[in-house]
Amino acid sequence: MSGHKVVLGGVAVAALLAAGTALAVDPPKMGRPAPADLVKLMDISIPPDGTGLPEGQATAKQGQTVFMERCAACHGERGEGKTNDRLAGGKGTLTEEVTVKTVGSYWPWATTLFDYIRRAMPYNTPLSLKDEEVYGTVAYVLFLNGIVGENDPINAQTLPKVQMPNRDGFINAWKEPAVATR
Amino acid sequence: MTRRMKGEPHPLEGAEPAAANGLLHRRMFLRGGALFTGATALGGLASIVPASAATLPEWRTTPGRPFIGYGYPSAFEEPVKRLVTARAADYPTPGTGSSRTPLHLLEGIITPSGLHFERSHSGVPDIDPTRHQLVIHGLVRQPLIFDLDALARYPTVSRIHFIECAGNSGGGWGLNPPAGAVATMHGLLSCSDWAGVPLSYLLDEAGIDPKAKWILAEGGDAAGMSRSVPLSKCLDDAMVALYQNGERIRPEQGYPMRLLLPGWEGNMNVKWLSRIKLTEGPTHTKDETSKYSELMPDGKAMQFTFPMEVKSTITRPCETLNMRGPGYYEITGFAWSGNGKIKRVDVSADGGKTWAEAALADPVVTKALTRFRLGWQWDGRESILQSRAVDDTGAVQPTRESLVAEKGVKNAYHYNGITSWEVRESGLVKNVWA
Repeated sequence: MSGHKVVLGGVAVAALLAAGTALAVDPPKMGRPAPADLVKLMDISIPPDGTGLPEGQATAKQGQTVFMERCAACHGERGEGKTNDRLAGGKGTLTEEVTVKTVGSYWPWATTLFDYIRRAMPYNTPLSLKDEEVYGTVAYVLFLNGIVGENDPINAQTLPKVQMPNRDGFINAWKEPAVATR
Repeated sequence: MTRRMKGEPHPLEGAEPAAANGLLHRRMFLRGGALFTGATALGGLASIVPASAATLPEWRTTPGRPFIGYGYPSAFEEPVKRLVTARAADYPTPGTGSSRTPLHLLEGIITPSGLHFERSHSGVPDIDPTRHQLVIHGLVRQPLIFDLDALARYPTVSRIHFIECAGNSGGGWGLNPPAGAVATMHGLLSCSDWAGVPLSYLLDEAGIDPKAKWILAEGGDAAGMSRSVPLSKCLDDAMVALYQNGERIRPEQGYPMRLLLPGWEGNMNVKWLSRIKLTEGPTHTKDETSKYSELMPDGKAMQFTFPMEVKSTITRPCETLNMRGPGYYEITGFAWSGNGKIKRVDVSADGGKTWAEAALADPVVTKALTRFRLGWQWDGRESILQSRAVDDTGAVQPTRESLVAEKGVKNAYHYNGITSWEVRESGLVKNVWA
């Protein structure tokens, strides 16, 4: 896969090029093999199909406690928003004069909620929630939006199947360049 | 410099109007600068030079301070700093948000590193470079780790590129124009000389699985900020940037390494880069779904609108940099496009009725800020100043009216409409929708 060549500068090279001979070298290979345990520790991103979701589960009812203790101070007890983002409500407002973008009214994928809460929340102690606590918090935010029931178990199997209300509200605007860039 | 020969007419006297309301031909910049009569150019200075300068200033008669290891601006330049939003002392998430580059107080095209705008989601981490590494994994033959020592061995590329937050000029979508200097509305924009390693070298070394079409790039900050990027961009002009304006990247900009995706949404230029995962499709992170997606009037959101569109703004004069009476002024500003080079900038002094082509200052670099200038003989009457950029794809910066007609007002991102500065008879300059 050494698709790139580095052309060396200088008079000698110019002479060679003039003679129709391209002088090129491969870039060095300085990467070290990444240990599997390091990759596992760092690989926390969760795509829409749920690949990488951990074991464990929780319901909204179980998650409510965590939410009240760790999230409500900034987002409000019912996800109504305080100093930080509103998380619930606003359904059907995307075309209204006053638009309220929340998890329920706007987010297309439920897996994003797990990914983001686990990696970045709570603000002062990211990565401190246990997997069950993340599932519970996700469940509670979905419950506040009327997307799941209070006692629905949220886990690696159920979360990717959650149908978000605005799932079809996004248009992929990215067009791959017609000509390969190399 | 072109010297004026005896008997040759004065450039300003003979300056050719290039559009209505006093705009002068860009020729005066192209041939090495205008020459002025003392009366015209120094008229404004006369008031601050004492009529009778009987004493020399003390710095002429006393030695200055000795050498220092790292220099800083003159104390008199203290007002030249980033615009930081004031917040309550007990604000719970002080590391979320942004600070803005004071565009109106800068010249040239390079943003001093300490004035580069900031946007972060969980503060600025204090990273020990000896303990930082970049992991590349996912759809690769061999997952790899790169530390700074390893990256130093690769061929280095250095290029001048702007970074613009996708939310820059977001006030443009509002009903009323934001008050304040150009930086208030447009200050999430900076331009640096970046140096680092082409990302393609590192991806090739790991061995790209043909199934891979995207990457996920993740920061090592407390937010683990992450974005999906098409692999084609990574193999094109993407860079793992290590240096900014000749020195190591500033902590606010991603020390010790950031992803640089020339011309694309600032948010995607992941700072404190620590992980790249090759994937089949986008990961749909929080910042590419709930944020940085463009909500259209029909309620649908355009997602993955990566390049920042052609745009310009006049930085002088602007609101807060008011006029001081009729006479000659230089109109100057920045133009840029995430899709290529700036080809042309036009300036209007009558709200877009007539336009004059501005002079572009060298260098004009692809996906970099481009400095434009034009002379203006202001007659003291109310005027509306505008600039309009065209890039080398032929894209023309739209008026606010046409942009809003196309995209509505709920977008919040990618605003690139024409900026209008209303110059009042009093000399006051105001941001207006025109």
